[in-house]
Amino acid sequence: MTAYIIRRLIMAVVVLIILTLIIFFIMRLLPGDPLIIFMGRAAGQGSISPEQLENLRIAYGLDKPLMVQYFNWMGGIFQGDLGESIYYHEDVGKLLLERFPVTLDLGIRAFILGNVLGIVLGLVAALRRGKWIDTGATVFSYFGVSIPVFWLGILLMYAFGLKLGWLPVTGYTYPWVDFWMNFKQSIMPVACLSLMSLAITARQMRSSVLEVNQQDYIRTAWSKGLRERVIVTRHMLKNSLIPVITLMGIGLGLMFGGQVFVEIVFSIPGVGRLLVSSVFAQDYQVVQSGTLVIAVVVVLANLIVDISYGWFDPRIRYG
Amino acid sequence: MVKKQTIGADFSEAPVCVSEWGRFRRVFFERKLVMFGLIVLMLLVITAIFAPLLAPYDPYQSNMADSLLAPSSKYLLGTDIQGRDTLSRLIFGSRTALMVGFLTVGIAGIAGVTLGLVAGYFGGITNMIIMRTMDALMGFPMILLALIIAALLGSGIVNVIIALSVATLPGYARVMHGLTLSIRENDYILAQRAMGAGNIRAMFSHILPNALPPMIVLITLQLGALILAEAGLSFLGIGIKPPGAAWGAMVADGYRYLSSYPWLSFAPGVAIMLVVFAFNLVGDGLRDALDPRLRGLL
Repeated sequence: MTAYIIRRLIMAVVVLIILTLIIFFIMRLLPGDPLIIFMGRAAGQGSISPEQLENLRIAYGLDKPLMVQYFNWMGGIFQGDLGESIYYHEDVGKLLLERFPVTLDLGIRAFILGNVLGIVLGLVAALRRGKWIDTGATVFSYFGVSIPVFWLGILLMYAFGLKLGWLPVTGYTYPWVDFWMNFKQSIMPVACLSLMSLAITARQMRSSVLEVNQQDYIRTAWSKGLRERVIVTRHMLKNSLIPVITLMGIGLGLMFGGQVFVEIVFSIPGVGRLLVSSVFAQDYQVVQSGTLVIAVVVVLANLIVDISYGWFDPRIRYG
Repeated sequence: MVKKQTIGADFSEAPVCVSEWGRFRRVFFERKLVMFGLIVLMLLVITAIFAPLLAPYDPYQSNMADSLLAPSSKYLLGTDIQGRDTLSRLIFGSRTALMVGFLTVGIAGIAGVTLGLVAGYFGGITNMIIMRTMDALMGFPMILLALIIAALLGSGIVNVIIALSVATLPGYARVMHGLTLSIRENDYILAQRAMGAGNIRAMFSHILPNALPPMIVLITLQLGALILAEAGLSFLGIGIKPPGAAWGAMVADGYRYLSSYPWLSFAPGVAIMLVVFAFNLVGDGLRDALDPRLRGLL
């Protein structure tokens, strides 16, 4: 097990290094100059001379060779310095830190809700195969993976926010400021976010349970005269969860993709919205460091998945 | 004669021999849901090809006198802020969706399959470099990576295709890599090698054809995901330049007038969902029909 974990850790480090290189070079090699964009903005408040532009370039270290810029960026990250936003004139770390709790709050709730409900739905559908609940679950999960998140958000907003007036249309309140408001405002975003992972998990869980159901050890368990509850919880659940857990790691990346849209539709001040607006403003530092933070989270989550995988299925450790 | 009859009777006890094509036809074409998906997709392709003939109005010509009309017999799905017919724009939007979907699948599929094949076949350091790079690309949420690339390249449908190709490429590479690893171990590959077949021949005329069925399924399912992603990007304001029509952009346009003119974002959303739904149905149908492990079960 230790050797397995060490091997996975080394692989994760290699992946993370390649990842930083990809982010950095995509941002630098593609056309577009952040200072020109900035100048366009500043031009409204008073013009910027070429000398000032040059001074800014030096101040942000954009005049140095690419490799030097890369190592400066990486060196900064290890010291907790994610750079400074050209657009907001603020520390990127501070900008991200303000918005991460919001994104995490909604994301974690949706992740738990989607996966727990998905596992239950998939299990029930498989156990009642061919019955109405199975058909219903299948159709529901088809819709879940087909519906565009932003459109679902708009539909919910129209129905429950504008027409029925049950829920606040947009915004986010911290739970420690107003817990009840936070709860009401997060119902629609969390519902949108969790639907896709619910659908994916339910589909995978269903086919996984059906496969486990055919195994000899399940027949043995039945013939020993065990009760259904014991067979399902002790024998079926753990074994059929393995492929579902792999998907959860991948689902995390998908979930963040959905979060970008949900934050935009519901005007939630989270990381997704910050990144999109920074992409449009060509604010290198924010996009670069923000994307890195998210990618690191995804890679680490997949690492945890891989390790827990070894625990769920001992055969994998020796693979 | 009598003897022949007894022999015939004996053979009737043997299991019925079903050809692969027969099984495919039964599993794929006789399912109502799969057929529904297939019909939707055929209608979509026809709509995209004959868009100029089918659209009742010019999708690009603004007509301020008819701005923001509700659905009526004149404009079946109403009009947008510039007085353009929503139905005509939906019909032309199918071209955008299909073009992005098919071209991206083509580019990303060919590149991804080749990378996965090379990585899996040669192994070692080649495998290490290619697959770890793919893992790193997988670390980015797909929509975010596509957004960054598309935004920095500038608007335009070609850039969306490039961005989505880069973002979806690792998926094909991973699946192909896994398939190559398992197919490579078969005896027929060893036999080919013994007969003097080179690497290129082994890879492209023996491993690749054997990996095709699962890749076809992946590609069909990916088409749905890509249409969803393209809609997402155009919702965010990246992609085809105005006045060009894209479903995601239409949802975004309608979103601004949601409280008074909700149908503006409803119709394009239904179109996106229906098409993605259809691709998923057909993809799953293909998977069941092409999966050799389900032989005898389905």
